[in-house]
Amino acid sequence: MLANLGFILGTTLLYSAPLMFTSLGGVISENSGVVNIGLEGMMAIGAFTGATVGFYSGNPWLAFLAAGIASGILALLHAIASVTFAADQVVSGIAINFLGPGLALFLSRLFFDGATMTESIDFNAKMPRPLNGVFAQNSFLDLVFNQYATVYLAFLLVLIMWFLLYKTKLGLRIRAVGEHPKAADTLGINVYKIRYLCVILSGIFAGFGGAAMSLAVVSNFRPTLISGHGFIALAAMIFGKWKPQGAMLACLLFGASQGLVIFIGRTDLQVSSQILAMLPYVLTLVILTGFVGRANGPAADGIPYEKDEA
Amino acid sequence: MLKRSLALVLSIVLVLTLSVGCAGGNGGTNEDKTSIAMVTDVGGINDQSFNQSAWEGLQRAEEELGVNISYQESNQEADYKPNMETLLDAGNDLIWGIGFKMGDAIKQAAKQNPEQKYAIIDFAYGEETPENVVGVVFKAEQPSFLVGYIAAKMTKTEKVGFVGGMRGEVIDGFDYGYHAGVKYANSDVEVIRQYAESFTDAAKGKAIANSMYQQGADIVFHAAGGVGDGVIEAAKEQDKWAIGVDRDQNHLAPENVLTSAMKRVDNAVFNIAKDLKEENFPGGQTVVYGLAEGGVGIAPTSDKHVPEDLLNEVEELKQKIIDGEISVPYNEDTYNEFLSNNNL
Repeated sequence: MLANLGFILGTTLLYSAPLMFTSLGGVISENSGVVNIGLEGMMAIGAFTGATVGFYSGNPWLAFLAAGIASGILALLHAIASVTFAADQVVSGIAINFLGPGLALFLSRLFFDGATMTESIDFNAKMPRPLNGVFAQNSFLDLVFNQYATVYLAFLLVLIMWFLLYKTKLGLRIRAVGEHPKAADTLGINVYKIRYLCVILSGIFAGFGGAAMSLAVVSNFRPTLISGHGFIALAAMIFGKWKPQGAMLACLLFGASQGLVIFIGRTDLQVSSQILAMLPYVLTLVILTGFVGRANGPAADGIPYEKDEA
Repeated sequence: MLKRSLALVLSIVLVLTLSVGCAGGNGGTNEDKTSIAMVTDVGGINDQSFNQSAWEGLQRAEEELGVNISYQESNQEADYKPNMETLLDAGNDLIWGIGFKMGDAIKQAAKQNPEQKYAIIDFAYGEETPENVVGVVFKAEQPSFLVGYIAAKMTKTEKVGFVGGMRGEVIDGFDYGYHAGVKYANSDVEVIRQYAESFTDAAKGKAIANSMYQQGADIVFHAAGGVGDGVIEAAKEQDKWAIGVDRDQNHLAPENVLTSAMKRVDNAVFNIAKDLKEENFPGGQTVVYGLAEGGVGIAPTSDKHVPEDLLNEVEELKQKIIDGEISVPYNEDTYNEFLSNNNL
């Protein structure tokens, strides 16, 4: 019994960690007033970069950072389009979603002899599992806590983001820019600078999310590795009411329902696996719409800010 | 006035360049060479699986038969039709669709263009096969039977697992063939089965495999595309065995992939190219590749982990299947029949 619970909790963490990183990326960008639906594309480039740098360098941390940087660069494009040129942020995001996977495929061919799948990273060069071997194998504690470092980092990042947004001056400025950029500007806050910072950070986090897939969940990249994760993270952010802790809970809920579904699939309950496969989405939807209530985003979210020249 | 005439001149130039461009295009395809093209599934041309294998078959055809080859990659299912249109306009003699997901797209294209030849991997239209289409299917149950046999002989826990992508004719072949192989080797061995309802969700594959290893299985076979990456990863983490699919997947985890149930898509694609060249194109038919035709088999790297005497047994089994002494089941009904015939 305890082992079963452990399995579900462990699977929850396995599933949620990449989503949490990416979701936090959405949180920071949208709190500054820039819609980022390009998370999926940014995750893809992050997953590819993580797997590639990991394979060639053998250093997972370097790979993790590189993934963040690569996605950050992609996010910079989004920032240039949507902040400097006041382009439609949704359109720019869609462009990123085409560009990211396309670029990943192209580069993969370049680095791996024309293969669209990267070579597997050596098992010892993957993300470490800090608590591996501390508990007896497949005991409750082992199933729950023997996770890759990325899982712990995801929670740490939630804490940092919460602190940043609600306990620091910078966080207040970010939220001000997202709510009422004109007022913030009047008070001497550089709206463009803040938005650039937030969009680039959002790319970095999405890149971490992608790398959490390709360096921890599996150890290689293939074009189908990131299929919909970015959009689920985006939905989690909205369900979490644009707050880091809310996004985290939504991601965990999604992960938990996946764990539950896999668990039900192995019991004697005769439920069609197609219905089961739908369950995480339905469950997440029902719980979040039924219990969480209305979600209001930052007031200026999605509206480009243009300084009056007068 | 000047502006207007300038615009006129420019338009004329534009139209002229267009027609020049077209003429150039036609010149390129008017050679006498047979040309064959393929539309990949979403995995892309070098997916270390089906598409790559098909492309290798075409490359061999290029070398040995001197045909022109080309491909169009699909990034999503919506790309199938436009890709086929592109290849149709390019004047190919034969257009391949790689993967059963293209079944409808190929059929529709074949009806609209009755003069164009099409072929598809992993799809059988049966009676309704249009005259200009060849369906190629593999007896996936045969290699699955062999790997099932190996799994049952090598398990130390008397429990093995099967992770499927989505239920359907193709995956059923793997599923029941594997089950039959296990039961044939040792009817005491239990098979745990679970479907991921996805071919892409690697995390789900990993979680399912984790769950199976936790339940005591020590060998898990997957027939689930990208989901299988997760299965193999779980095998690495828990230091258990995984069995690969479609191609030799040992390179993904050299110490943990026991063997692989392979479909030789390359051989099939090559053979059809040869038929086409010899004007024997089997239009309107479904061609079935099994062990006898060299269309399926187990991975050559199996000798790394599987003991030699067991491999010899597998060779004998293979011969029995080819001779028809064992008929491997490919769906639930034939499986039940198989069990009762063999008193299992």
